[in-house]
Amino acid sequence: MAMAAVRREGRRLAPLISPQSITAVRPSVISQEQAPLGLRSISTQIVRNRMKSVKNIQKITKAMKMVAASKLRAIQVRAENSRGLWQPFTALLGDTPSVDVKKNVIVTISSDKGLCGGINSTSVKISKALKKLTAGPDKETKYVVLGEKAKAQLIRDSKKDIELSITELQKNPLNYTQVSVLADDILKNVEYDALRIVFNKFQSVVSFLPTVATVLSPEAVEKEAESGGKLGELDSYEIEGGETKSEVLQNLGEFQFSCVLFNAVLENACSEQGARMSAMDSSSRNAGDMLDRLTLTYNRTRQASITTELIEIISGASALEG
Amino acid sequence: MFRQASRLLAQTLRAGMRPFSSDLPAAPTSDSAFNESWKKVIPNIEPPKTPSHFLRPRPATPTSIPSKITVNFVLPYASELSAKEVDMVIIPATTGQMGVLPGHVPAIAELKPGILSVHEGNDVTKYFLSSGFAFIHANSVADIIAVEAVQIDHIDPSLAQKGLAEFTQKLSSATTDLEKAEAQIGVEVHSALNSALSG
Repeated sequence: MAMAAVRREGRRLAPLISPQSITAVRPSVISQEQAPLGLRSISTQIVRNRMKSVKNIQKITKAMKMVAASKLRAIQVRAENSRGLWQPFTALLGDTPSVDVKKNVIVTISSDKGLCGGINSTSVKISKALKKLTAGPDKETKYVVLGEKAKAQLIRDSKKDIELSITELQKNPLNYTQVSVLADDILKNVEYDALRIVFNKFQSVVSFLPTVATVLSPEAVEKEAESGGKLGELDSYEIEGGETKSEVLQNLGEFQFSCVLFNAVLENACSEQGARMSAMDSSSRNAGDMLDRLTLTYNRTRQASITTELIEIISGASALEG
Repeated sequence: MFRQASRLLAQTLRAGMRPFSSDLPAAPTSDSAFNESWKKVIPNIEPPKTPSHFLRPRPATPTSIPSKITVNFVLPYASELSAKEVDMVIIPATTGQMGVLPGHVPAIAELKPGILSVHEGNDVTKYFLSSGFAFIHANSVADIIAVEAVQIDHIDPSLAQKGLAEFTQKLSSATTDLEKAEAQIGVEVHSALNSALSG
């Protein structure tokens, strides 16, 4: 029974084995002529090589997991601290994802590096769906892409719609000044009635919620406020400072965009690290499983070759005696 | 038997908690019109969440004026005050210092560099703000958003003096419009800081 299993293993490995490796491993025991390709003895060289490479991959993924975990801890605190920042704006200006305006700009936030699960493709998918949703006659939708990964995916089929793409955002630790400069850049270069920021909100290390935050232009805000609806309450507010109401609304809108973008970028960076951590965790586990299987194969093959040799010796001896 | 004890204890605790959670105003649900139109156009993807899904519930407007005002004071890197009930806040609006008491009319104010003071009984906490916005809502909730803020007793007066001198010098030597504007901002912030420290 056991021998049958061993023989089966040996046959499975047989096509992998070249005559060279046989002679390289055990040249003294059997010569090339005596052993017709893997029938008698089996080389363990290939399995050993694979084991080594799997072990190295496991080391790398474990190290990446550690790095992601330590980065996650740092960025999670900052993301959680920045969560208060957008709340006043939503309380004042409401949440208007269903607003119907002409010029929509979708700000897709993604990461620069891969190996972080599905968060980038989620935000690309949501962005594409949003474009479909906001499309219509005499309406236009443009993309502003943050991060290398979403750019690579969006450039394939909607290259002409990408207005602006910004990469290498996370070279330095994210801070508000940097993000507000970025927000200013976007506002200067893009004409919009509504900005829709697509990002992955961090909920826990294993769950990220795709989220769309909407920022309206001052004109759109005024139009919405006049028509009542969600922003109808805005007219009851007294506006202090600034020459005119529209000037204050302009400042308010720009400030809102920088604040929302700051939180969105942090949340997305946090989700990225979390996703990378869990992806690397599962791949080190997979590498471990694979290593176990390979070790089993390796040991079986070795045992099989030892058994074969023993049988050869014993049968040889008994032939001489008899 | 003891294995069951923790479960039972948890159950009684949970039962005790329930009335509390139902006391809260209903959590704001996401935009139903948006979700419906999303499902019509893109049926195979779940509609994404929107900020209102995560918004902390806000109290409704009370019929009578409450005795305290609820203040949220946030910075990009921290929430300094979160739904804290105080007696009064004085906000450095661009139109001048603005005292906010409970029952203040709803207002939106741009802020300039200056002192934000939070009065709570006899305690007064003073912060120096760089700039930002303040919203006062009808339900006696004030939201103050600043880009940078420090407590006033954390500031070194001698460094503030030095900064003022430096920027005044820069302003006089500035050649381009950009430099001039930057130096002007520096002078404004530092003179506000100095007057706040001396006042």
